[in-house]
Amino acid sequence: MNCIYTLWIRQLRRYFRARSRILASIGQPLLYLLALGFGFGPIFQKAGQGSYIQFLASGVIGMTLLFTSVFSGMELIWDRQFGFLKETLVAPVPRILIMLGRTLGGATVALLQGLIVLAVCLVAGFRPVGLESIPMALIFMALIAIMFTAFGTAFASVISDFQGFQLVMNLLVMPIYFLSGAIYPLTNAPKLLAWIAAVDPLSYGVDGLRGVLTGVSHFSIATDLVVLVLLSAGFVALGGYLFSKVQV
Amino acid sequence: MIQVQNLTKRFDDLVAVRDISFEVQRGEIFAFLGPNGAGKTTTVNMLTTLLAPTSGQIRIDGLDLVKQSNEVRKRFGIVFQDPSLDSELTALENLQLHCALYSVPREERAPRMERLLRLFELWERRKSYVKEFSGGMKRRLEIARCLLHTPKIIFLDEPTLGLDPQTRHQLWNQVRKLNSEDGVTLFLTTHYMEEAERVAHRIAVIDHGQIVALGTLDELKQRTGAETLEQAFLALTGATIREESASGKDRMRTVARLIRR
Repeated sequence: MNCIYTLWIRQLRRYFRARSRILASIGQPLLYLLALGFGFGPIFQKAGQGSYIQFLASGVIGMTLLFTSVFSGMELIWDRQFGFLKETLVAPVPRILIMLGRTLGGATVALLQGLIVLAVCLVAGFRPVGLESIPMALIFMALIAIMFTAFGTAFASVISDFQGFQLVMNLLVMPIYFLSGAIYPLTNAPKLLAWIAAVDPLSYGVDGLRGVLTGVSHFSIATDLVVLVLLSAGFVALGGYLFSKVQV
Repeated sequence: MIQVQNLTKRFDDLVAVRDISFEVQRGEIFAFLGPNGAGKTTTVNMLTTLLAPTSGQIRIDGLDLVKQSNEVRKRFGIVFQDPSLDSELTALENLQLHCALYSVPREERAPRMERLLRLFELWERRKSYVKEFSGGMKRRLEIARCLLHTPKIIFLDEPTLGLDPQTRHQLWNQVRKLNSEDGVTLFLTTHYMEEAERVAHRIAVIDHGQIVALGTLDELKQRTGAETLEQAFLALTGATIREESASGKDRMRTVARLIRR
């Protein structure tokens, strides 16, 4: 337990000390919110779908969680390159505890980023259905964060260089984002797209978040919750297994 | 203290360590020498549970390294060839993290950290970020860190690489003191022959993944008819320069070093 806490607090310390990183990682979602939210807003409204900002906010929060989580998970690559990983690998602690500490730390960092972006969305005009939706939204955000941090850890356990990281970012994380229904509704989407979205983990995260915050969801909130819990558990198990096999 | 039997490590197309056997006695200072790419670090990585052996057996303090890895890990400390500190944390935070990972009793943490930081002359800088430290300070901090859990064996993988003579001198004095006063067993690798000559009780020379000589300094000199360890070493391993094959990992390490500057 002590070991999990120690590695968790380490991630948080690193996060709060890298203020430029905090700012930089808000920039991108902000750009999406501005360009898409305000740019496509009028068309979205004309198409009879209501306010686009209302729709997009959950997607942009989901995007922040996705990117920050995967990045946090993949910080493992940095720790490997800068040597710190070895210090944890020779420690007399079961590897799974080290992985859990790292994952919870990374997920907490992502959750904090998600909350900042949620606040930005509120400033931009996003209005949740009510305050009582916030606790449930937090649960969805935490699940997305844990799932993708573990996903990043799993990949970082098997690839060891920065090129591999770029590959994962471009070939997996970007599609996961764009094909998840984060920026467009899945209802009425072409069959192929709807089919892909149905196997995209982020779809359920964004949909659940959107369902809770705005009352509109494509799958049901219960489905989203069950899928997310199962996927999170699955990725933590996979990440834990792959991390326990890491050699230097 | 360390028993190695028929240890082999094979990477895809390369045998890095080929069927080596040796023993290190309790309280001994054992030097492991060899040219670049001879298999030194691979052996150290296997002895410290970082790398699984392809075949062979390792026992440390009577325990099987593969089956009882966590028990074994409690018993040794290691200073790696490359730094393994978190440079975004302070010196003290790095030590605290180590205490937590090794379950050092709570009431002993503060006094031990203070004693070691003072011993290695880092107490005044305990609240500084490690990224602001010089190479020598990082090394000292790493040695202080590996002593926090009072290990019975310490592995030092080229500990003096890139250090100035003062720091080097101080380091070896500390190491000898640990050995003579606390009876700590030491396993070290180095490229500096005079260092091994000065501190080691016994020396093993490894080349192409095999141990080509093992004995006390005098034995090695006698066997090769050389006057210094360096001459003996060259007689045993030849004078040709080794090309270390640069793997992706090594190249990455170079990049990491550049960024760190």
